[in-house]
Amino acid sequence: MDRMVDNPPEINPWKNLLKRPKKGVPEGLWKRCPGCEQTIFRKEAEKRLGVCPECDYHWYVPARQRIAQVLDEGTFEEWFADLTSADPLHFEGYPEKIQKEQKKTGLSEAAVVGGGMIRARRVAFAVTDSGFIMGSMGAVVGEKITRTVERATDLGLPLIIISGSGGGARMHEGILSLMQMAKVSAALARFDQAGGLFISVLTNPTMGGVAASFASLGDLVFAEPKALIGFAGPRTIKATIHIELPKGFQTSEFLLEHGYIDRIVRRKDLKSELAKAIDYCGK
Amino acid sequence: MPGPEHRLAFERPIYELEERLEKLGTKTEPTPEVRDEIRRLRRQRVELIKQIYGKLTPWQTVEVARHPDRPMTADYLTTVFEEFVELHGDKFFGDDRAIRTGLARLDTFKVLVVGHQKGKNFKERSLCNYGFAHPEGYRKALGKMRLAAKFQIPIVCFIDTGGAFPGIGAEERGQAYVIANAMYEMSRLPTPIVCVVIGEGGSGGALGIGVGDRVAMLEYAYYSVISPEGCAGILWKSNAYKERAAEALKFTAPDLLRFGVIDEIIPEPLGGAHRDPMLMASRLKFFLRGALRELSAVPREQLQEARYRKFRQMGILTEGASPEESSAAPESVPPPHHPAETPASELF
Repeated sequence: MDRMVDNPPEINPWKNLLKRPKKGVPEGLWKRCPGCEQTIFRKEAEKRLGVCPECDYHWYVPARQRIAQVLDEGTFEEWFADLTSADPLHFEGYPEKIQKEQKKTGLSEAAVVGGGMIRARRVAFAVTDSGFIMGSMGAVVGEKITRTVERATDLGLPLIIISGSGGGARMHEGILSLMQMAKVSAALARFDQAGGLFISVLTNPTMGGVAASFASLGDLVFAEPKALIGFAGPRTIKATIHIELPKGFQTSEFLLEHGYIDRIVRRKDLKSELAKAIDYCGK
Repeated sequence: MPGPEHRLAFERPIYELEERLEKLGTKTEPTPEVRDEIRRLRRQRVELIKQIYGKLTPWQTVEVARHPDRPMTADYLTTVFEEFVELHGDKFFGDDRAIRTGLARLDTFKVLVVGHQKGKNFKERSLCNYGFAHPEGYRKALGKMRLAAKFQIPIVCFIDTGGAFPGIGAEERGQAYVIANAMYEMSRLPTPIVCVVIGEGGSGGALGIGVGDRVAMLEYAYYSVISPEGCAGILWKSNAYKERAAEALKFTAPDLLRFGVIDEIIPEPLGGAHRDPMLMASRLKFFLRGALRELSAVPREQLQEARYRKFRQMGILTEGASPEESSAAPESVPPPHHPAETPASELF
């Protein structure tokens, strides 16, 4: 964990959208907030679970840190950790990319799944990390989540999936990535039939094939404030329709307004909100 | 013969030969030599088409799949089915013309047809948004599929889209949600579903009507997670590398058959479906007839189980990490004992 805090991967999905000159902010002690561009004392933000004390912008949180924030201490047991990506298409540069991302994030793949407890309620849990090839879903992410859904079905556990996937279906595994969308959705349909409770938590960013599969299929859908959530990327939309996108387009607030999420939940409240939802709906 | 604007560059030798043939054919009193020449050129034409189509590059396959003269859903509605009763509207927002739905007859089978329609001329294309469907299209499709399931009518889906539409209205009306929900529900609909990629299988927009008991592709169709242009833009920051991207994405019918994503390739007439739409229709009909006959005999529970298994097994990965890989995550709790998971390097 220490290693992660000291040297977090630089992930800012808005980086390419808002092209602004980089100013020399020293790494480590201080961090420039992507929301308000203020220079923030890192320790201060960390105390607030990676939320900017100035503007309430919810920063990127790596998967392991997310687990520590949401699950009760020491209750997480990882499942299916030994699944790793093959390179079925022999896609140019893909094995190297995987290795690089593994080194950068300390994860073997973009999803970490397992069992744990939320305020002493047993749950099946999955999180996708936007630090690993934009949290995109290839065969491993699809398989890990599908197995977690199946195990939750077998054990009768509530299922929590926190998605941070700006990349959608992973291009490097081609059609096999696309098919993961159908696979996970089919598993969730069975989970639903078995009466399971699935709470989907959307974080910045959740786009494309992930948004268009498990992330949208929760019995309850929560989102962190100001997260970028949608089907097509803003650049694609802009390139297609050639008009300026409205302010606040594809944010959590936009989705709430249009009726596609149940609640916007701030990071500090997530754990208690999840526990509350389980108490209302869980078995 | 299509107008010059519809001609694909790599097909030019074919058209040149056809023009020569046409010229010879217009002679009122052909001499025996001319007749011989015509016969020779005809043979040569067949050989030439065979040769060109025998080694299409992935990008050329995309060009064939997008050919404006390629038969589309609306064509098959008249050539494959005896009757088509269109059903409109998603009963929520509107009637998306990019997806057609309706009841139809194929021999003795009553079916529900759902298919993307791109449009043949400018007017039709703008009406149906070039086959890029909005959320109301997927809502309509799912609504009609539910209707079909209620009355145990099998479903036939024709996939032919560049993708689901990326736009402001589409996002406002839940594009991601409707596609997710369509797959979710299709995976458990208690009626046979047969899907055929007849042209372009563009990502989520294709899969939104693509979860079926049988999934087939026409020989020169393609089915991909991203368009070759999109992939080139991401990887090499330029559209110019679309051919290279098409190569890398492995999205042609033989690739997908190899990956176990589709069950069957429906062969196209010599030189592609656009050269002989009627023959294409009869081959498609032959396939559909067989699939419907086979699936109608399967009990519903078994059908749903088999459909689940079909998609469940998709994906190629490695199970059982090497020790150094698992130590890459220093704070990870050692995985618990699950007797079912014996670490073994395997592909599935």
